[in-house]
Amino acid sequence: MEFVDNFWFQLVLKLAGILGVVLTGALVVIYAELKIGSHMQTRIGPYYAGGRWGWAQPLADGLKFLQKEDLSPTGSDRTVYGFAPYVVMMATIAVFVVVPFGPDMVGANLDLGAFYLLAISSLSVLGVLMAGWSSANKYSLIGGLRAAAQLIAYELPLVLAVVAVVIQAGTMSLNGIVDAQQQTWFTIGSFNISAPFIIQGQILGFAIFMIAAVAELSRIPFDMPIAESELTMGYLTEYSGIRFTMFFLGEYASMISLSAIAATLYLGGYAVPGVHGNIVNLLGPGVLLTKVAILVFVIIWIRWTWPRLREDQLQTLAWTWLIPLALLNIAIVSIFKVVF
Amino acid sequence: MSKNVAFPFPGLVKGMWVTLKALFKKAPVTMYPDVQEIPVPRARGVISLDVDACTVCMLCARECPDWCIYIEGHKEEQPPSKPGGKPRVRATLDRFDIDYGLCMYCGICVEVCPFDALFWSPEYEYSETDVINLLHNKERLTEWLATVPEPPALER
Amino acid sequence: MTTPEMIHRSETAVSIELQTPDMTLNIGPQHPSTHGVLRLVANIDGERVTDVEPVIGYMHRGYEKLSEVRTYAQITALVNRIDWVSGFANEVPFIAGVEKLMGVEVPERAQWIRLILSELARISSHLVFMSSYPLELGATTPLMHSLREREYILELIEEVTGGRFHPNFNRVGGVKPAYGGGSTTKKQSMDLPEGFFQRTADAMDRMDVICDDIDQLVTGNELIKMRTVGVGVIPGSKALEYGLTGPNLRASGVAYDLRKADPYLTYDQVDFDVAWRPEGDCYDRYVVRLEEIRQSARIVRQAIDKIPSGPLQAKVPRVLKAPKGQVYSRAENPKGEFGYFIVSEGGKIPYRLKIRSTSFSNLSILPWILKGQLVPDLVAIMGSLDFVLGDVDR
Ligand code: SF4
Ligand code: SF4
Repeated sequence: MEFVDNFWFQLVLKLAGILGVVLTGALVVIYAELKIGSHMQTRIGPYYAGGRWGWAQPLADGLKFLQKEDLSPTGSDRTVYGFAPYVVMMATIAVFVVVPFGPDMVGANLDLGAFYLLAISSLSVLGVLMAGWSSANKYSLIGGLRAAAQLIAYELPLVLAVVAVVIQAGTMSLNGIVDAQQQTWFTIGSFNISAPFIIQGQILGFAIFMIAAVAELSRIPFDMPIAESELTMGYLTEYSGIRFTMFFLGEYASMISLSAIAATLYLGGYAVPGVHGNIVNLLGPGVLLTKVAILVFVIIWIRWTWPRLREDQLQTLAWTWLIPLALLNIAIVSIFKVVF
Repeated sequence: MSKNVAFPFPGLVKGMWVTLKALFKKAPVTMYPDVQEIPVPRARGVISLDVDACTVCMLCARECPDWCIYIEGHKEEQPPSKPGGKPRVRATLDRFDIDYGLCMYCGICVEVCPFDALFWSPEYEYSETDVINLLHNKERLTEWLATVPEPPALER
Repeated sequence: MTTPEMIHRSETAVSIELQTPDMTLNIGPQHPSTHGVLRLVANIDGERVTDVEPVIGYMHRGYEKLSEVRTYAQITALVNRIDWVSGFANEVPFIAGVEKLMGVEVPERAQWIRLILSELARISSHLVFMSSYPLELGATTPLMHSLREREYILELIEEVTGGRFHPNFNRVGGVKPAYGGGSTTKKQSMDLPEGFFQRTADAMDRMDVICDDIDQLVTGNELIKMRTVGVGVIPGSKALEYGLTGPNLRASGVAYDLRKADPYLTYDQVDFDVAWRPEGDCYDRYVVRLEEIRQSARIVRQAIDKIPSGPLQAKVPRVLKAPKGQVYSRAENPKGEFGYFIVSEGGKIPYRLKIRSTSFSNLSILPWILKGQLVPDLVAIMGSLDFVLGDVDR
């Protein structure tokens, strides 16, 4: 069993694992969105594709997109235009490298995991900006610029919310953060009570993180970069074929990745209370994915219920509410950390 | 944030409750084409023609607002009804076409026909891939005759 | 090596300020939020609209000219295509005008049927607004919920008239009396089908339920309020200056409703409130329409109690000939005052027909109201005016 420790073998295994999770996960989430959305609207949604309940609809859609002509408008900057979707996709996939699905089920257990996460996840806006700028379309341009403004506004509360978690856990490694949520919080008699951070006073931080995450995803109520009733499709207006598919998959994959991060940071990640050792490696992915599924459902639910905000209201929300609240959150967490 | 928006955001939560309820409701959807929608008897689906009743009076063609009925006919001598009488002249249809690509389903033709030759049928499945096939000729129009329903019972 | 010329050039390059000229944004004619083929040539400075010019006419079908070569019966079939989301309501003022010209008295029952169907058309039109307006603000679900309920209304209209959108049910002197003109079809009456009253009453109950649902989903929603309250305020005086009518005017604090101000049909015999709001912003325009659905349901309920039996059509000559003269006839349509100016020189066809279509007048305020707004508000305001392009371009 020597080859198991071989670097290249592990690399291929991990890459396959991550790509598998990202792509199948994205397809599942797309299907869930189609189905949940339509039932919330008292429709049926996909029904025929694949026989039962239209389970193959995302695949069929994907195939259809692949067959479409890959258009690029006259006057567009071809290189940038063509490259943008892959930047978005790459940034999304790279996030999964550090998400721990179990104590050893992790692409790379970085000591600066949280830092890496934040750095990489903000990379995708570069792709969006590239797309908006190079499309040679006014709607795309406005959409791209809106996305950039939105990122600057929402990256801050996101980072600040994570900082509070890092302070509480005392580590930046994601595995370490999960472990910290396994530590004894307090003891009643002979029972050692441990709890995820959301219960250990991070509920405000969690709320801020989720709001900022939805804004980063640019989904309703923060979907101004796309805003189909204003900007037709924002930075996506000119895209078609496989490049559009990349954006599309990227959106849903980053929905999973941000939910996975939130689950890891606040909801205890892969950990199962009271279970230790190698078996967690087996149970972990299931536990984490359940939590991800719940968060994804909430995001979908919100998308099919609420309208969108206005660009300036979004900025007001970020700068006058979320950032001060996040700072307050850090202060409280630090005080508790020092005092207790 | 404006003044009429208060912190616990009850409106947002209520809205989510509505969509959650809808999620578990049965969708009121007729799964066409697996299940056919049953149209109401008065529905203006397609016009059917009773060739025998038509006297080629051309009233319908004249009153049609977009002139999409094409009629041609000729007079035919028929033997007298009783021996020794004058031979009767009967108008016979050569062509009776309705162009459903043009028709706006107003129903004027049916209404003005004085000889009960035109009827509305609620059938709706006659879409075509080629627009030329929307020109229904006399035979095609006659086929619809079997689908003409009885008028519904009336209120009071 | 740096030549003097190069230095000079670099200096000029530095001295040029960063220019931020306005951008001309063509919104439409194919755009998701222009309800069809309206085109707005907007000058925008960042996200702010500095100037906007609506370009209309992409859907001009020439109804006024067409009507000069059509008989009155044929025009009835045309006019319910003007504002296609409330087809029946368009026919009423036209037919009333012809009746006024010819001096025909309409039987009671026909008037009540017209009233019921007009109100059903109003409900269906407002339900379209209830679906499209939240969609413009980004909420997708009210769309399906309202359209689902509208289907019940359209089914009722179809059951009576045979057409869902284009009933073509009014006839000079009443409503369509029979299926055809032949010896048997003339006897098959087009009176209300059996069970219509029961089904209508049920549908009106459904309307109350959907209004409550929309209330919870949209009216109380804080995000909707943030988007619409105080946005696109039209003061009452401005609304009157620009000739706004209908819910748009009533939301600006002018409780002017032709059903009360100049009662036609049998509106003076039913009891209802004119929905109005004082502020004149997008939110008020939305609330007025929601309230009107409830009021219309109330009117229909009273109407099915009060409707008398009797003939459907007065005695009119087979060939309709209007005497020489001219008449303006109007009605309160879902979108506002809808009027026809009919000039007759005698004969079977009108000499001239002028259509005062509501959306055209309501849309005329766009350049004034959109100036200085943000692009997202542009969409919110445009949607709140609730126009239909067929009604604008005729
Ligand atoms: S329904 Fe109207 S448009 Fe169609 S054929 Fe008859 S008269 Fe002409
Ligand atoms: S009006 Fe009736 S009888 Fe006359 S041509 Fe038309 S279908 Fe025939």
